[in-house]
Amino acid sequence: MDITWYLVLSAFIFVIGAAGVMSRRNPLVVLLCLELMLNAGNLALIAFSRMHGGEAGQVFALIVMVIAACEVVIGLGIIVAMYRRRLPIDVDEMSELRG
Amino acid sequence: MWFEQVIFFLAAIGALAGALGVVILRNPFYSVLALVGHLVALAVLFLLLHAEFLAAGQVVVYAGAVMVLYIFVVAYIGGSDEPLRPEGGALAVFGPLFAAAIGIELCIAFIASGLDALDTTGADVGPGFGTPEAIGQLLLTRFLVPFEAASYLLLVAAVGAVVLARRRRGLEGTEPEILA
Repeated sequence: MDITWYLVLSAFIFVIGAAGVMSRRNPLVVLLCLELMLNAGNLALIAFSRMHGGEAGQVFALIVMVIAACEVVIGLGIIVAMYRRRLPIDVDEMSELRG
Repeated sequence: MWFEQVIFFLAAIGALAGALGVVILRNPFYSVLALVGHLVALAVLFLLLHAEFLAAGQVVVYAGAVMVLYIFVVAYIGGSDEPLRPEGGALAVFGPLFAAAIGIELCIAFIASGLDALDTTGADVGPGFGTPEAIGQLLLTRFLVPFEAASYLLLVAAVGAVVLARRRRGLEGTEPEILA
């Protein structure tokens, strides 16, 4: 398969994730859509690594997976804290960054 | 060659369906399940690109561990269906439009790109490409500092999550024990 196919697929996944981030209001689903965007980036990185014939892109994708895990952990911690304080689980209601 | 193409299109359809499911499904629980399907399909694509170690890591770490974390949180906060008030506003209309604009732009960039190598199946690589051995050697030699930084970042994130989600006595209100 040509590398272009993989890149176009990754663009589609990225776009679906971006649409979700912009239109959904549940912060859990927003986090899931961020995962989609990061995974699209990973797919593009690995496709370029295959095109180039070097493994550095795969190491980069591995680091991106680590960053995604950190982001998930912090995001879920924030959501649990919101739930504990009985705040609405809705990104539009959480418009002020105050604790 | 046709076998690889069949696998690619099956995995691509699975990945796109999973991604659409994450965005469209109303119940967050089903969104998480759709993301698991998406990640598995993506792991198949990684295998096609000779990234065996990352495919295994994707299935074990992502579809396994991280998604279980999501399931726990969805179960904890109840996983209520979303529309508390009707979906609307300018962003619900302009968000997908804006995303479609990004998509068209990206596709134009890929297809009209001057990179000739994009229209090949990639460079010739040996059988050791993307194996745990090769990735591990890179991680412990050339990319040692990013590797260590990533491990510290994971530690900081874990501590931060504990600090964020812990029960605060002073701010919690008068009945902190009821939730326990």
